[in-house]
Amino acid sequence: MGAQLRVYKRRIRSVTATKKITKAMEMIAASRVVKAQRKVAASTPYAQELTRAVTAVGIGSNTKHPLTTQAETVVRSAVLLLSSDRGLAGAFNSNAIKVAERLTERLEAEGKQVDTYIVGRRGLAHYNFRERTVVESWSGFTDQPSYADAKKVAAPLIEAIEKDTAEGGVDELHIVFTEFVSMMTQTALDDRLLPLSLEDVAKEAAPQGEILPLYDFEPSAEDVLDALLPRYVESRIYNALLQSAASKHAATRRAMKSATDNAGDLITSLSRLANAARQAEITQEISEIVGGSAALADATAGSDR
Amino acid sequence: MAAELHVALVAADREVWSGEATLVVARTTSGDIGVMPGHQPLLGVLESGPVTIRTSDGGTVIAAVHGGFISFADNKLSLLAEIAELSDEIDVQRAERELERAKAEGDASAERRADVRLRAATAS
Repeated sequence: MGAQLRVYKRRIRSVTATKKITKAMEMIAASRVVKAQRKVAASTPYAQELTRAVTAVGIGSNTKHPLTTQAETVVRSAVLLLSSDRGLAGAFNSNAIKVAERLTERLEAEGKQVDTYIVGRRGLAHYNFRERTVVESWSGFTDQPSYADAKKVAAPLIEAIEKDTAEGGVDELHIVFTEFVSMMTQTALDDRLLPLSLEDVAKEAAPQGEILPLYDFEPSAEDVLDALLPRYVESRIYNALLQSAASKHAATRRAMKSATDNAGDLITSLSRLANAARQAEITQEISEIVGGSAALADATAGSDR
Repeated sequence: MAAELHVALVAADREVWSGEATLVVARTTSGDIGVMPGHQPLLGVLESGPVTIRTSDGGTVIAAVHGGFISFADNKLSLLAEIAELSDEIDVQRAERELERAKAEGDASAERRADVRLRAATAS
């Protein structure tokens, strides 16, 4: 076998192996998207009931709470970026990071200090590489976030917002996550989580102008609100984590699908080249034989004479 | 008047139980509260504790609930909890082990959680 042909054969073998791997990853990601979507659906009843309850307290009483009051001058904002632990997901992480950077720029242009909180190793690596300070980061659960993880993320954020600005507390909390629109579309977006605007929550809970009953609060409206709002924030963060996880898996599936397709194309073109090389080798051999025998025939014809 | 109310027991990551009931007893921060059909709209903070649901077909459902809310309006009752388990889902041996461990480590909240689980599991 000629050297050229051997090189092609070897490359075809290696691309075939890669294709098998990417195909497997694609299928794993596809099954995980479905699982993640199911988790999003399973968490919806709780989120809905919680939204209703928050609206009920917000409308049924005139209670003030640090989580709902807008500071007159915002000195410091917190940005929570949800990225993933692992790459191989196309532009998933870079899109989220881009949105976070744009948001940070905008907030800084408004004269606010920005505290960054990050979920996921990819986002953290990006910030560490640029030597930017990150207040706190979490990783290890981005593929399958549980409610306990959301609680872990929410706790320091709620604490920071309840603290006075002078003592290092924050006045606003923004969250950057990737919304799972459909299998094909996932959009990175930012959203202001805190302070909560009760009017917006109310609109979300009762879009058809449904009138909520006057509740009897047990033990009191303040206590109920105190207990409700942190849960509401946690549930929002939980939802964002789940959506990010579903989006990440969908992005991985897409990236791996195009990798598999590319590998297929590569194998086709490499096989063509290998065929041409083999054919050229055969042609060369034939012409060598023909040339050789012609030379031999000429030589014997000369000696006969 | 139909003497039953619709109950939905919802945990953060799933719906644990839902159905028709005649009486629901839960523990709020200011004491046990029983809700029957036609109760006035109510929104309360729940303590860790067992919740008893008397279903309309005469059965009883008991669940261990750790922190959360009870809200009632229009004969619809929702119990929201971060963690909620039905009594027959609770692994008694595991809860006992947890209780031992929590006592040994002096972890008060874990101890209470395990205790609530055990009480809910043994009550049914």
